Amino acid sequence: MAGSFARVLSSKRKVGILSLVGAGSLTVGFFMNREQHVSAGAHVRRIYPPSAEYPDLRKHNNCMASHLTPAIYAKLVHKSTPNGYTLDEAIQTGVDNPGHPFIKTVGMVAGDEESYEVFADIFNPIIKERHNGYDPCNMKHPTDLDSSKIRGGLFDEKYVLSSRVRTGRSIRGLSLPPACTRAERREVERVVIDALGGLRGDLTGKYFSLTQLTDQEQQQLIDDHFLFDKPVSPLLTCSGMARDWPDARGIWHNNEKTFLVWINEEDHTRVISMEKGGNMKRVFERFCRGLQEVERLIQEKGWEFMWNERLGYILTCPSNLGTGLRAGVHVSLPRLCKDPRFAKILDNLRLQKRGTGGVDTAAVGNTFDISNLDRLGQSEVQLVQTVIDGVAYLIECEKRLEKGQDIKIPAPISQFK
Amino acid sequence: MTKNCNNDHKMKFSLEEEFPDLSLHNNHMAKVLTKDIYSKLRPKSTPSGFTLDDCIQTGVDNPGHPFIMTVGCVAGDEESYEVFKELFDPIISDRHGGYKPTDKHVTDLNFENLKGGDDLDPNYVLSSRVRTGRSIKGITLPPHNSRGERRTVEKLSIEALNSLDGEFKGKYYPLKDMTDKEQELLIADHFLFDKPVSPLLLAAGMARDWPDGRGIWHNDNKTFLVWVNEEDHLRVISMQQGGNMKEVFKRFCTGLQKIEDVFKKHNHGFMWNEHLGFVLTCPSNLGTGLRGGVHVKLPKLSTHAKFEEILTRLRLQKRGTGGVDTASVGGVFDISNADRLGSSEVAQVQLVVDGVKLMVEMEKKLEKGESIDGMIPAQK
Repeated sequence: MAGSFARVLSSKRKVGILSLVGAGSLTVGFFMNREQHVSAGAHVRRIYPPSAEYPDLRKHNNCMASHLTPAIYAKLVHKSTPNGYTLDEAIQTGVDNPGHPFIKTVGMVAGDEESYEVFADIFNPIIKERHNGYDPCNMKHPTDLDSSKIRGGLFDEKYVLSSRVRTGRSIRGLSLPPACTRAERREVERVVIDALGGLRGDLTGKYFSLTQLTDQEQQQLIDDHFLFDKPVSPLLTCSGMARDWPDARGIWHNNEKTFLVWINEEDHTRVISMEKGGNMKRVFERFCRGLQEVERLIQEKGWEFMWNERLGYILTCPSNLGTGLRAGVHVSLPRLCKDPRFAKILDNLRLQKRGTGGVDTAAVGNTFDISNLDRLGQSEVQLVQTVIDGVAYLIECEKRLEKGQDIKIPAPISQFK
Repeated sequence: MTKNCNNDHKMKFSLEEEFPDLSLHNNHMAKVLTKDIYSKLRPKSTPSGFTLDDCIQTGVDNPGHPFIMTVGCVAGDEESYEVFKELFDPIISDRHGGYKPTDKHVTDLNFENLKGGDDLDPNYVLSSRVRTGRSIKGITLPPHNSRGERRTVEKLSIEALNSLDGEFKGKYYPLKDMTDKEQELLIADHFLFDKPVSPLLLAAGMARDWPDGRGIWHNDNKTFLVWVNEEDHLRVISMQQGGNMKEVFKRFCTGLQKIEDVFKKHNHGFMWNEHLGFVLTCPSNLGTGLRGGVHVKLPKLSTHAKFEEILTRLRLQKRGTGGVDTASVGGVFDISNADRLGSSEVAQVQLVVDGVKLMVEMEKKLEKGESIDGMIPAQK
């Protein structure tokens, strides 16, 4: 994986790619209009000083609002990435969605790989806050998809109902969902389904384009809980990710329905490995194998994933940088969940709970979605091991409570290994 | 902020790769946009950086309804209508009854030219209202404007409105500093506008930075109301209970004139030209931008077989009393002019006044069990 922004040029690619020399911000001056297509007398749009444009963030509670000072805004507002993505576009979602007093959203997105460089002055503090202290300025992110290193990970199905690992991948050279043109989005689709078509064995599968779903296919995908809808969350729609829906969006899954790829939803790709029951080890093994195979297949055609050693895998939302990985189980903990120490135990294990409908849903009955808290600063293997060890501990607690025994809050595990 | 750089990036891709998939679409833009037009217009942008894709995004994202024909594109600035003529002209023609690129639009805000309108039966006509929009020259429109520009619109508007006196003396309520009490009262008066939820507006970028720069101004009498930075720079509304449309229209014209005078003094007149009349965000509102209407009780007439035909001939349209796309409640309809471009304000309000008067007479006839066949009007 290249550490700089020099991109791989392939004769098979139709898209012209800029190669960038060096890191650091790219300052683009004011653009004078080059083409006067209007009748004489029309005037150029007045450019306002940064102070007149600075957003009103007084009622806001998101990471962007916490860190975007007028000084940083003034420094970055007239810059743009080589593709023309601007700061105002990156922060629009955070301006439009002040946030919730209790949930702190990120409040900005990247429109392309270069966004994280050009707007580093605002992204870096946001990344540090969101990723619990990971400092992009002086830390390196480890990537490790060697699933053979995993210990344990076979859970009692009396407690663990299902296991799942998801991540995202972006195709280097093409803009991200908030900014991509229709052509770029269609190119992402082509590149990815071409690669997925090369998967074999238990990974052999089929692509379902959202623009061409038959009613029957749609119903099947809904029944399998695979179908994703046009985003309705204003967090996503305000950043422009739903433009041109459903053009170039689709779902690919293997015939066994254990390996699933979403194309052009919130990221270029979201990759999911899952199965009923408690065999997280196998889920992760398939996850790594599938990802590495897809990577090999796209590299054959001259493409690669966006990645660098500072931020790991580059995705649209800063919250998904690093591994972009969320490994989790649906686990039944009827006694433990009522114990007042539950939240603290999860905290110390660096786990988070969600309802079984996903983020922002409530738990149904006593079944929870338990997954890793961290994304950046630890490798995939480390994070999955954390989940496995943590869930094992939770089940132990549940068993002890079943027998009327007491449980202990574990010592907090260290974040950066 | 200019988007020329982004358009340059887009131009690296071919026409075929970028052309939107409009196969399931039913809006004016989708009917008009050919690959030829797209090819010709895609390299261009207005001086403020608005591009063809910016214009059409709302139409791409909202395929439309099989029965309702939406416009499917917006202007980002005054120049959009010129730079993207090849797109807008045929859409304007389709939407505005064959209006040609060479046609001229007449503006007439002289309320004295309105005949009658002060004698609509208040037993049937519950309320009367006239609204229009105005755009401030030199500032880009809601789909495109920056926070600085939007705040300037607000600042200029407050200045202009606060200078009004007499029956126009009033107060401005910025949306972002509204107290709960103020909000409740504005809701009770049916004045408060919400953050748009319609995907037609959201996809065009009109709700960005909400509620920054947005607000409501109304006079103390609550008969003259201005919305700032909602779907257009300004929406101006004159209204009152009862059927005196003449008075409503007089207030409308007088108030608009006063506001325009103040803006002109600061070298910020309204966007207007002799071909398109008043320039607004949505092509459907070009010309007068005027919707003059009444809430009228027509329980019998509305169920008559010829109701739709009568409306069409009178050049009127019906809506429910909640506004566009709502159903009528208790036989009460919102009846207003269907036209915007190609006829003047006076002419359009005249159609409403004459048409409603006729329909009330028809309603009365039907109440008595008499036929209205002899009253069906010719096509206006």
